[in-house]
Amino acid sequence: MLVNELKKSLFVSLWFMFLTFPIMVIQVNTVENIIQWRWANLFFVGVGSFVLSALWRYLIRRKEQGIQETEVDGVARVTLSQRLLNNRRFTIPALFVVSILALAFPFVFSLYQTNIMITAMIYVLLGLGLNIVVGVAGLLDLGYAAFYCVGAYSYALLNYHFGFGFWSVLGIGAGLAALFGIILGFPVLRLRGDYLAIVTLGFGEIIRLIMENWNAFSFGPSGIANIPRPGFFGVEMNIEQVTIYVYFLMIGMSLFTIFVVNRLQDSRIGRAWIALREDEVACQAMGIDKRKTKLMAFALGATWAGFAGVIFAAKTTFINPASFTLWESINILCVVVLGGMGSIVGVIVGAFVLILLPEYLRFLSEYRILAFGAVLVVMMVFRPGGIVETVRRTYQYKETA
Amino acid sequence: MLSLADIHTYYGNIQALKGVSLEVEEGEIITLIGANGAGKTTTLMSISGIVPPRSGDVLFMGESISRVNPDKIVSMGISQVPEGRRIFPYLTVLENLDMGAFLRNDKDGVNSDLDYVFGLFPILAERRNQAGGTLSGGEQQMLAISRALMARPRLLLLDEPSLGLAPLIVKQIFEIIRKINIENNTTIFLVEQNANLALKVAHRGYVMENGRITLSDAADRLLTNEDVKKAYLGI
Ligand SMILES: Nc1ncnc2c1ncn2[C@@H]1O[C@H](COP(=O)(O)OP(=O)(O)O)[C@@H](O)[C@H]1O
Ligand SMILES: [Mg+2]
Repeated sequence: MLVNELKKSLFVSLWFMFLTFPIMVIQVNTVENIIQWRWANLFFVGVGSFVLSALWRYLIRRKEQGIQETEVDGVARVTLSQRLLNNRRFTIPALFVVSILALAFPFVFSLYQTNIMITAMIYVLLGLGLNIVVGVAGLLDLGYAAFYCVGAYSYALLNYHFGFGFWSVLGIGAGLAALFGIILGFPVLRLRGDYLAIVTLGFGEIIRLIMENWNAFSFGPSGIANIPRPGFFGVEMNIEQVTIYVYFLMIGMSLFTIFVVNRLQDSRIGRAWIALREDEVACQAMGIDKRKTKLMAFALGATWAGFAGVIFAAKTTFINPASFTLWESINILCVVVLGGMGSIVGVIVGAFVLILLPEYLRFLSEYRILAFGAVLVVMMVFRPGGIVETVRRTYQYKETA
Repeated sequence: MLSLADIHTYYGNIQALKGVSLEVEEGEIITLIGANGAGKTTTLMSISGIVPPRSGDVLFMGESISRVNPDKIVSMGISQVPEGRRIFPYLTVLENLDMGAFLRNDKDGVNSDLDYVFGLFPILAERRNQAGGTLSGGEQQMLAISRALMARPRLLLLDEPSLGLAPLIVKQIFEIIRKINIENNTTIFLVEQNANLALKVAHRGYVMENGRITLSDAADRLLTNEDVKKAYLGI
């Protein structure tokens, strides 16, 4: 068995040496017109890929054995994260520590770090919003950045033309995003799975392309600058103070989002979304209006992207269509999938990991995205349910007297 | 209470019902029997509006419902136990039941109906916080029936409740069906392939072949009808 596994790893490493031979070994020196053969590199590639491949096989094997064991026992597998989340002796102190850290953060760390945290919290909003659509209702939406875009441009344009302030547009932007959610929802009501993904992807690109090309309306690729930061009863603030202010605003906003999304998931409509994901015909037989329920998921999901967009525009003071590409949609989807679909804590953890990881991998310079990709792949192989797997709270029965 | 007048129902270009007419009186148990693919499920889907008929009319309590949305039809008092149970596997028993009461907001009424279905099927009360998908086939059928009852229907459509269940469980479920009919005066439209059992519990029966009703009579007379015996009772 072991010999067999090692043989497979050996083949992998030989294959790798062969594949990387032209780039890792041969080097043409155009100045002296000679070819340098860097045999040492071949050795490193060989050993490195052999070790990694063996390790990979070992981990997969261990994981499969783990699954088999629990299946034999017949008990549902409760992961460590679930056990921790259900244990009050852990959650209460943990919440306490997190709150202290969150409150102290902007006063301890630099402006730069605070800004990264704000970005991460914007992704918490985006992730929780998309989670309603993808994680709970099971509608794969690849154009979510479009609603983010709608939110950001609502603030930028309403402010530019009519001088609307941040606080008044916060609601308007969210409302407009919800409206666009419904507009997108109508044509895709009958679609599922990959078809739905393709159409939503198209929708996302349409919104971005409109913003890019309709110069008279959106100022095209050059974007809109000098968007005012959020105000605080007309108090003058320097850049540092404003950043701290936005930071706390984001904390408030995140808490609000978590509260609302949590209530939604525990409500009848939240369960109707899950039911709709599982069986549309059965839902119709229960009297659940398929169209209304799906549209509601799209609209409520988009609302949070609208909030996030307005805040994003106010935070960066400059927006252009390049911030709302397909890559952005995929990034938000990664937050949801990586964190754990349907799990609120999971999405929050996912947002922080996904934003902070690339940030702190900067020392890897150009290999940053490569390393990031590797982390994602490893995660999905070993924890396909996401970092925090869903633990749905269930509806409790009250005995009637 | 319910009458279908010459309904024609299609799946795309495929015609499944070719002019079906039938009547259901208030308070009775009526059964529709027929071979696989005859169009029994389609008949129920046409009534509940999930697959609306292309022509013909469905009247419920004197109102036409053939162009009405499924959710409105449920709120008018028709609820359906779909073929193959189709409970929500990831929702708990209790949440499945609550989905049945989706259109209701009377908390007390919903709670007393919960007690009622738990009285009918005590096993569901024991399993109330268990995911629907982890129940046995019989328990899932009980859940599907209970879920439909949570809408407090006046007319209950049952699609092959005996499908794939052990004879003992089937017997138990049929007893409950009769009980629901007697205790609540709920009208029951029972679709079955198990003609023998269905005709024993029902008052009247219709026989369906290739999208058409070919025979209708009192249930006890159908049980002794030579053609029915040969085709559906295997005697
Ligand atoms: N979703 C569907 N799409 C296309 N044809 C269908 C569909 N459902 C049923 N049919 C066809 O309609 C006819 C009647 O089916 P059905 O009502 O399910 O019969 P029964 O319930 O009596 O077994 C069959 O010929 C079947 O092939
Ligand atoms: Mg059928």
